[in-house]
Amino acid sequence: MAVVFEKTKMLTDAPLHYCPGCTHGIAHRLVAEVLEEIGAEGHVVGVAPVGCAVFAYNYFNCDMQEAAHGRAPAVATGIKRVTPQNIVFAYQGDGDLASIGMAEIVHAAARGEKITVIFINNTIYGMTGGQMAPTTLIGEKATTCIYGRDAEKNGNPIKMCELLATLTGPSYIERVALYDAAHVRMAKKAIKKAFTHQVENRGFSFIEILSSCPTNWGMTPEQALAFVKTDMQNFYPLGVFKEVTE
Amino acid sequence: MAKITIKKESCKGCGLCVLSCPKKLLQISGTSNKNGYFVVEITDMKACIGCASCAMMCPDCVISVEK
Repeated sequence: MAVVFEKTKMLTDAPLHYCPGCTHGIAHRLVAEVLEEIGAEGHVVGVAPVGCAVFAYNYFNCDMQEAAHGRAPAVATGIKRVTPQNIVFAYQGDGDLASIGMAEIVHAAARGEKITVIFINNTIYGMTGGQMAPTTLIGEKATTCIYGRDAEKNGNPIKMCELLATLTGPSYIERVALYDAAHVRMAKKAIKKAFTHQVENRGFSFIEILSSCPTNWGMTPEQALAFVKTDMQNFYPLGVFKEVTE
Repeated sequence: MAKITIKKESCKGCGLCVLSCPKKLLQISGTSNKNGYFVVEITDMKACIGCASCAMMCPDCVISVEK
């Protein structure tokens, strides 16, 4: 019997602390599998964010650095410039990247730093208990907008892929989702492409992953995946937003 | 013939694998692990086609698949 699927060596044996049904674990696994497939073992450095994925350094079987809130792209820039032989990636959530870290991500992208950023968008602040994030959908409830987000009062959600695609620096930008096995496989292809852009020294690569948060959305894992597939995907369309081929 | 192995001590019983199985062979069992989660089980191993959709969707790498 041949092995069809087993846990990648690029993940440690530490049990994940994520809530049941959270797709952070899938995203971790995809990044780790891609790192193994491109032969990055031994020369890869990850940067962990502040947020639900703050313990990412316990889970990835590679060198990791914890960054201050939102500053992962700046830290990753430093690591990549000092040790350009390493593959460097930052793994961030939406509260980290699109709110407090907005300046860092925009400028890292504008400078065209040769790093890869994995952006988990679950439209809410997960770790701190479900507050409204810059990515929260209009009408979606959170603990700081209990009647649903109102565009007049709270502003409109930010589409990070579209925003960064207007810049010259990025070489690859794609949005993927993790609501079924087929889309998980597509997400892996996208992540692999992003890391390939870094290996080939083309420029800044960015993957936005539409992810679920059953706990803070007040849903079962099944309902949460359905929410990603319908409401989230309607507002955040999937696809490649920028690809520099030369 | 395919075979899946479920690492029950790491399962959180979220049921994402149950949703993804095209043959509907997985279900949440009545037995819990040391963390108190009702773990997943396979009802008919012989009917498994080894597509690994369950393993693709498992956030905790609980399932390994052989074919």
